[in-house]
Amino acid sequence: MAVPLVGSVVVALLPARLGGALTKQVAFGVSLLTLGIAAAVGAGYDVGGGFQYTEEHEWIAAFGAHYALGVDGIGLTLVLLTAILTPVVILASWDDGDAGRWGVNAFFAWMLALEGLAIGVFAATDVFLFYVLFEATLIPIYFLIGGFGGARRSYAAVKFLLYSLLGGLLMLASVIGLYVVSADSETGPTYLLSELSRMEMDQNVGRWLFLGFFIAFAIKAPMFPVHTWLPDAASEGTPGTSVLLVSILDKIGTFGMIRFCLGLFPEASQWATPVVVALAVVSVLYGALVAVGQDSIPRLIAYTSVSHFGFIVLGIFVMNTQGQTGSTLYMFNHGLSTAALFLVTGFLIRRRRSQLISDMGGVEKVAPVLAGVFLVAGLASLSLPGLSPFISEFLVLVGTFVYSWWVAVIATLGIVLAALYILVMYQRTMTGVPVPAVVGMKDLTRREISALAPLLVLIVALGFFPQPLTAIINPAVEDTLQQVGVSDPAPDVPVTAGPGEEEESH
Amino acid sequence: MPVVDPAAADGVFSLLWLVIALPALGAAVLLLGGRRTDAWGHLLGVATVAGSFVLSLVAFVGLLGRGADDRAFTQHLYTWIEAGGFRVEASLLYDPLSALFLLLITGVGALIHLYSVGYMAHDPRRRRFFAYLNLFVAAMLVLVLADDYVVLFLGWEGVGLASYLLIGFWQHKPSAAVAAKKAFVVNRVGDLGMALGIMLMFATFGSTAFAEVSRVATEATDGVLTALGLLLLLAACGKSAQVPLQSWLLDAMEGPTPVSALIHAATMVTAGVYLVVRSNFIYENAPVAQTAVVVVGAVTLLWGAVIGCAKDDIKKALAGSTMSQIGYMMLAAGLGVAGYAFAIFHLLTHGFFKANMFLGAGSVMHGMDDDVDMRHYGALQKAMPVTFLTFAMGYLAIIGFPGFSGFWSKDKIIEAGFEDNLVAGLAALLGAGITAFYMTRLMLMTFFGEKRWEKGVHPHESPKVMTVPLIVLAALSVLGGVMLLGDWIVGFLAPVVGEAEHHTPAVPPIVMTLVVVAVVAVGVATAWLLVGRREVPRTAPQRVSVFTRAARADLYGDAINEALFMRPGDRFVGDLVTFDNAGVDGAVNGTAAAFGGMSGRMRRWQNGFVRSYALSVLVGALVVLVAMLAVNLA
Amino acid sequence: MSETPFIVLSAILFTIGCVGVLTRRNAIVVFMCVELMLNASNLALITFARVHGNLDGQVAAFFVMVVAAAEVVVGLAIIMTIFRTRRSASVDDASLLKY
Repeated sequence: MAVPLVGSVVVALLPARLGGALTKQVAFGVSLLTLGIAAAVGAGYDVGGGFQYTEEHEWIAAFGAHYALGVDGIGLTLVLLTAILTPVVILASWDDGDAGRWGVNAFFAWMLALEGLAIGVFAATDVFLFYVLFEATLIPIYFLIGGFGGARRSYAAVKFLLYSLLGGLLMLASVIGLYVVSADSETGPTYLLSELSRMEMDQNVGRWLFLGFFIAFAIKAPMFPVHTWLPDAASEGTPGTSVLLVSILDKIGTFGMIRFCLGLFPEASQWATPVVVALAVVSVLYGALVAVGQDSIPRLIAYTSVSHFGFIVLGIFVMNTQGQTGSTLYMFNHGLSTAALFLVTGFLIRRRRSQLISDMGGVEKVAPVLAGVFLVAGLASLSLPGLSPFISEFLVLVGTFVYSWWVAVIATLGIVLAALYILVMYQRTMTGVPVPAVVGMKDLTRREISALAPLLVLIVALGFFPQPLTAIINPAVEDTLQQVGVSDPAPDVPVTAGPGEEEESH
Repeated sequence: MPVVDPAAADGVFSLLWLVIALPALGAAVLLLGGRRTDAWGHLLGVATVAGSFVLSLVAFVGLLGRGADDRAFTQHLYTWIEAGGFRVEASLLYDPLSALFLLLITGVGALIHLYSVGYMAHDPRRRRFFAYLNLFVAAMLVLVLADDYVVLFLGWEGVGLASYLLIGFWQHKPSAAVAAKKAFVVNRVGDLGMALGIMLMFATFGSTAFAEVSRVATEATDGVLTALGLLLLLAACGKSAQVPLQSWLLDAMEGPTPVSALIHAATMVTAGVYLVVRSNFIYENAPVAQTAVVVVGAVTLLWGAVIGCAKDDIKKALAGSTMSQIGYMMLAAGLGVAGYAFAIFHLLTHGFFKANMFLGAGSVMHGMDDDVDMRHYGALQKAMPVTFLTFAMGYLAIIGFPGFSGFWSKDKIIEAGFEDNLVAGLAALLGAGITAFYMTRLMLMTFFGEKRWEKGVHPHESPKVMTVPLIVLAALSVLGGVMLLGDWIVGFLAPVVGEAEHHTPAVPPIVMTLVVVAVVAVGVATAWLLVGRREVPRTAPQRVSVFTRAARADLYGDAINEALFMRPGDRFVGDLVTFDNAGVDGAVNGTAAAFGGMSGRMRRWQNGFVRSYALSVLVGALVVLVAMLAVNLA
Repeated sequence: MSETPFIVLSAILFTIGCVGVLTRRNAIVVFMCVELMLNASNLALITFARVHGNLDGQVAAFFVMVVAAAEVVVGLAIIMTIFRTRRSASVDDASLLKY
């Protein structure tokens, strides 16, 4: 796991003086290699075996900090997502780095660095290491937005950085707090997740520390009301950057909630559940409603993500198997669908040289493949059954319903709004008579199609056959819930096992 | 009450998956193959559906060869979703109900595919049209073969998607694109009910499979069952264009005519009825929900009929009629065991005659250069004899002319309606009269009277590839009634929906039938008096009564939606965007600005004079000194 | 011999230097005043070394002298450069490094 992390950074920085084409090829090669390793890890993962591929070295003994890595089903899912998306993004952003402030090499170097750090974050099993990597991911993305974006990129980059740092500092306070708590316990100072989760903690202390972590993750995720950095960052960055940001980096927030908020502070998590659920539902509806009113495509997608992250957080905090499996799956599927959406609209925006929906119209006529891909990505985003996001969204809603029916009713309104914002966007950009500016627009090139194809294939395939993912996620979710100490409520009228019903052959 | 208890599929029934897979494969090949498949794409499209039809037929024959209690099979494909106690199996369920639907969908579907070969011959995107049609058939088959509500939901949304794509097929027309979007969004409102219903089902029973839910449905509380019934009804309203979610269907006529025939008349819009009938184990235990179904059905059947009376657009008149006829089915389905079989019966006959009439309307439009305004038609019976004759068969069927298929099915529903309660019966009876009126008006305006053609229009009969499906459907419209021979359909469906005990009705059926025929005759006569005897003006008269105006405006359904949801919604969204930019983001930027201002003031201290820096160093040193002294002395 | 006079002398020298730094404009004079302050502190260091009877203070004083020497080298070079470019040795003229 550490090999691609180090390898990607080093290899990307080496050819810094060479020509652009070579850099691109090397970067693509490295990302593919990483994907290969990640796939091998996934294939070798023993379903239901808890944390695997662990690695542990003492780092700073005085703090009890370790360099400790390992993945469980949840982490593995996200590592796979990262490994899949990076080559796609590199392929899709082939020419996006040319016009930047620091040249092609820096662009791809930062991308690979980001991939390595993100994988590290998802695999960290030591709070201190997690914190360091968590903050370190800000550096590449800051340069990616600030160096290779649109007109107001500096504003967006600084806004993003300050938001994230604020959250990061709150988390740092909690990390220090954890040190103090653990130093008092009989194990001595430690940051290892495995030891911290066994530790007794005072109720109030736990709640405060939980808050520090939670706010940091909520900013990262992003949830209402700390979401406003995302639309700016997404509309100013290149499409590739937006994908990395929304599809991978933001997942750290929700991943962190599962791994650290729930894992370390089970009591506090349950204490905070009502508030968090309320915020999540507000995010769902608020993001969707504001998305309906946007004219800029990237901003619209960014707001849809706010809505989707609301669903993810909702699923995490309703504290049952359906919700959390749904959430983890959602993280993966949202990564795919939003990546496809960002990339295809990125291609569109690059051709039209405008982000505004009102500047487009009738694209379907001139670029049918682009329109088709756009539609599929959009439908995935609105969770059409048969595409992978449906399963996750539905699971989250089922979990929510089990938690409280009226919360589910409100959250389900989100699916109507989703249809509205996606289809209104599709209708205004793609249908009708082509406006003069899009006449003569070229359809997707072979490179662009090959970048998008894997995403679409995965979206459809996992829509009908999510079994590979759910199989690795389910045990991990059960572990988490066990740690929190809750179990699924039984149905009111359980289906009594009928003759030969339950033992269906596989 | 019957429990769904299927046996594992074997023999021909193990080929069930292929019924779905064929059209799905067709859609995939046509969509992914791109322009390479342009040349033969339409043929493949027809072939896959025809193949499915053959399979369905084989399976149906196989089913008939079995005993009545041995007619349900399930084919387990794989486990679709699994999370904790939530488990959805991708399984297919084949029982008498599915069997009939299978035949309807693939049979009528194949005919409409064939027809489309001719109808879309000049469209450069014909291949894509067939891809979408195939996709639709596959999704619809998933819907009726599902043995779990979540799988049903998959088909449910799949047909919604296909409907969206096909309504907006001519998407260079903004009105088509808007109509497509409207259809999808309104359907999503219905899906809300479906999704919540499934969730409630899981929360209550811990399962969403038909077999398991039907076994324990009686054990749930009344409140839960009523809620389930109402939620599923909401879903059915969305898909079947029932009041209050009816508004999309009329706009959906923007799609190509074969689409209107297949999706918005024969199959997809009847999915709501299917859902209610399929969920009979829930409705039987939730009388309140059943009453709601009856009310919705009764209201819609009148609503649609009234709209149908005022439309000059031939397709919209037919769409109003579709709404109305589905209202009949809903009403029947809401009557419980007494009505389920008749709902399905009417659904099948309606599938025949309405598809027939839509295709006929398409044929007329084909000859009239895509003009849809009936005021520009007239005297077409000479120019298009085949179309006229087949259309006439459909017409006689829908108004319930004795002996035609619609007569049997509608008569049964009215009868059952009167047995249940007077209001439902009267609504159904009145609806029959209005149906006779608007259909006669449509016939008269289109095929009789004077020529009112636009200049340069030369109506001509459509090619064979289009008329042959018309003839087949016309034959079915005439003969569809045979399914009622000896109450065959009632007995056939009994294992799925149960059978009402036989009792003698208060009014003898023959009297009832006579009354219905009399009401229909009145409707026809009224139309003849109002339309047939006079000259039809080429433009719609403006000085008309309030009622006509209301009916032309679809009884203000759109206006209500707009005033109640869209305009306030727009305003709310606008406010929210402002709030997000000014409020939430403003607070953030405000904080940043406050810090910026503060540092702007503080940097004045850096005046560049070495001496002032030195002074501040001195002051600082003194402060430290004093502080240390204070601490040490204290 | 009492250490008081030495301390007093040191304080007086420091004050003179301090006032000089704050009030004079000529960079050379300011510089000389800084040296004066350094030497005042040297005197104090040595006095206390004597009082305590160890060499710590003297060692510190040597360090201060070394630092002062280095400072003279760098400081005079800067003043020379400023004078060359701006034809002035007044510290108030060199106030470019401000907000």
